[in-house]
Amino acid sequence: MASLGSAALVLAFLAAVFAALAALIGRHGNRRWIDVSRRTVYAFCALITACVAIIEIAFAGNDFSFNIVQQHSSIETPTFYKLAAMWSSQEGSLLLWAWVLSIASSAALYATRDKLRELVPYATAVMMGVAAFFTGLMLFAPNVNPFATLGPAPADGIGLNPLLQHPSMMIHPPMLYSGYVAFTIPFAFAIGALVTRKLDAEWIRATRRFALIAWAFLGFGLLLGARWSYTELGWGGYWAWDPVENAALMPWLLGTAFLHSIMVQEKRGMLKVWNASLIVGTFSMALLGTFLVRSGVLQSIHAFGDNTVGPYLLGLIAVVMIGSAALIVSRLDDLRSEKRIDSLASRESVFLVNNLLLVALTAVIFWGTFFPLISELFTGNKASLAAPWFDRYTTPLAILLVLFTGIGPLLAWRRFSWASAKRVFVRPAIVAAAVGVVLLLVTDAAHKPWAFALFVFAAFALSGLAQEFWQGAAARRSISGGSFPAALLAVISRNRRRYGGYVVHIGIAVLLIGIAASSSFQTNRQVTLRPGESTVVDGRKVTYVRPTESVNSEAVTLGAELEVEKDGSEFALFPTRRYFRPTGVTTSTIGSYFQGEADSRIGLKAGLRSDFWTAVEPDISAVQRRVRAAEQGFKACVGGTPGTPPQCLALAAMMRRAAAEPRLRPAALAQIDALEAATTKRIAHSYLNDNAPATFKMIVNPLVSWMWIGGLIALAGALVALWPSRRKALRGAVAETEADALKEAKYREIRDAELDHAAGKLSDEDYALLDAELRTEAVEILDRLDEKREKVPQG
Amino acid sequence: MDPQRKRKIRLVVALGAAVLLASALVYTSFTASTEAKEPSQLLGAAPGTSYDMTGTVVRGSVHRNGDSLRFRVADREGEGRSIPVTYSGTIPDPFRGGREIVLTGQVSQGTFVGQPNTLVTKCPSKFTTKNG
Repeated sequence: MASLGSAALVLAFLAAVFAALAALIGRHGNRRWIDVSRRTVYAFCALITACVAIIEIAFAGNDFSFNIVQQHSSIETPTFYKLAAMWSSQEGSLLLWAWVLSIASSAALYATRDKLRELVPYATAVMMGVAAFFTGLMLFAPNVNPFATLGPAPADGIGLNPLLQHPSMMIHPPMLYSGYVAFTIPFAFAIGALVTRKLDAEWIRATRRFALIAWAFLGFGLLLGARWSYTELGWGGYWAWDPVENAALMPWLLGTAFLHSIMVQEKRGMLKVWNASLIVGTFSMALLGTFLVRSGVLQSIHAFGDNTVGPYLLGLIAVVMIGSAALIVSRLDDLRSEKRIDSLASRESVFLVNNLLLVALTAVIFWGTFFPLISELFTGNKASLAAPWFDRYTTPLAILLVLFTGIGPLLAWRRFSWASAKRVFVRPAIVAAAVGVVLLLVTDAAHKPWAFALFVFAAFALSGLAQEFWQGAAARRSISGGSFPAALLAVISRNRRRYGGYVVHIGIAVLLIGIAASSSFQTNRQVTLRPGESTVVDGRKVTYVRPTESVNSEAVTLGAELEVEKDGSEFALFPTRRYFRPTGVTTSTIGSYFQGEADSRIGLKAGLRSDFWTAVEPDISAVQRRVRAAEQGFKACVGGTPGTPPQCLALAAMMRRAAAEPRLRPAALAQIDALEAATTKRIAHSYLNDNAPATFKMIVNPLVSWMWIGGLIALAGALVALWPSRRKALRGAVAETEADALKEAKYREIRDAELDHAAGKLSDEDYALLDAELRTEAVEILDRLDEKREKVPQG
Repeated sequence: MDPQRKRKIRLVVALGAAVLLASALVYTSFTASTEAKEPSQLLGAAPGTSYDMTGTVVRGSVHRNGDSLRFRVADREGEGRSIPVTYSGTIPDPFRGGREIVLTGQVSQGTFVGQPNTLVTKCPSKFTTKNG
């Protein structure tokens, strides 16, 4: 099996190299070479899929002759985690990278198979160049070949670290990787566009969906990571400005900026240098994220292994950044804007401001993340920056961003008069002011000015967005009648990109409300209680009712039953702490339970108003004393020391016979195991009567649930924007030619303007001007189309 | 105003804001950061200054006393001398002897006193090296 996998990996590497070369040979319009190249990419995808399948089969079938399986799985590892164990390893995560890339590349090339003929060869070369890099890394870098084998296959594996055995392990890493990797596609097409100097919005239209998919995956991955941290680690936080978290956030922020500014290029032919630079930055950040986890250059709670692939990745990042920068500079003349911004009060100029904010945010996080290296360079000392430093900059920037998530959608493209400004801004401003007054009167929000500002701006944004939906539906109704919900659905499904984007904005505003409330108004207490004692946390009476315990072959679990009471209603929570046996220990000794990992299973009562979160740290000193005594007693017993109980003497005699006769050994070992298990159970049980104190960490987190809800709303919005419209699906390929695509885009702009006018965002004068402008542009495109059509039969 | 001039002003404003942000970043990061030191460097460190200590928890040195924790931390590489540490506050799940930690605190009478809730323990597992 392993040799089959190795062969597939070698073939995949050759396929990637060949596909890149074939694409370059066919770059001047040689259809056959381009077709060959595309099909080789499909073959690459099939080969890498086979590699993944072989690894997963080996995991599922406990084939410990595979080094990767032996290191990251064991017979006892649950099947679910066996399948997820692949990406807990360095080599498996590289394979995952290559796999996702192979799928994304195939999809991108399939979608563009009859289009963009000049650009696709270069894009293929870039995608397969990256693919060849990652495949080659697995083949040629030391210690990262997933098909490395062990001489004689061991009987069992080391197992997957219990801290990683969490359902999120199945989807969190693949989501993040899919996000990182899918940004390769728009990057590759951008490079293609730069090389061929085809710098209109073609490459953007072809890859916009991939950028959005990448953005959605990465965002969802981040959200899952935050959730994992909140519910699994006995810490109670969801974000720590840890380098690895930052590394995933930075490409997401730049990707967000990119998704906005490409709209300006699509509609107005502006910001071309900016867009090309943004996608290069986003892809570099994605590579940097991949690199950071594997390099050990920065201190992080996320584990960093040996530095075997770090230098290669750094090399790739350098090539990508320097090469792209040189390419952009050499193409500056072709990247000039087709138009200028008409008015400072237009959607495109707000997009520009939002872009600057997002880039500033990324710059701050980048500086903070890499500060240890920067300071080492200047002072010779690795000094690091903690969360408060990050908060100081990111908080005001996030607050401004929320404001702009509200302002942007209210403005029309191109121009905007102050008369219409009054119309669209008045209601949201009144709502925001009202929310502000209520917050000041009813809550203590005034003590936290930043959070207060965020709440007010979020109220502005949310009411502005609600108004958008309302007016969109009303405009639709005035045109075609029908009930209000039907009109709302119709207007959304006819303008998926626009309203999908608005839904994302709602989600982000809600998410930021959750973050601001939970970080500013959190109550965080650490209390040591004995059974029966109570304490009060933020108006809740918390009683430590009784200790709990349980034992299985993997872990001893000690915990507590807590009763939480507020305003007459009460609920119980059962936080525990699990003490695992070290992974890879096959024979039991009693003490081994307290020598392995330990983790907290938190008690969480989630609610829309607030969460009550608790973790327990039992005082196990008495238990540990008993464990030591039992171990000594056990040794004495098995050794047959005179004076031990008769069962011990019998056991010792049995051991002596087993030593002479191997046939008896399993029975003797089973006897010992049983005795040890019984002793462990007894000791764990004794914890119940210890009356031992336990330390509880208790957190009351207001509105934190809205963070997850907001994230899911944003994800749903991305799906709305991604969903293909039925008309397009019926016609098969989106548009036959670039001119057709242009025509489509222009028609959409005309419809947009119509909607903006009907919704009151454009004054009658502005609309008349804009509509005339757009129609002239549309006629130009149609003329060009006709010219082409006439030429085709002759040429 | 003619558009050329307008564009120039806009550019200057944008660049000005960028420079302002950049200098603020540089200034605050050098003043707000805490120096990272290893235990062997901390043994003679001046009291009253905050440091980020990075090192490995000495196996078998962890003692818990109610809410507070006492243990020793040694340099990551080699068998350097270790420093006694006291700490109270949140203890991350992966914390135990043999693990690498980062802790912010000050040196007081030869003991490193950790600030509550600043203990970071490196996750042991994700991309472990062979036999690590």
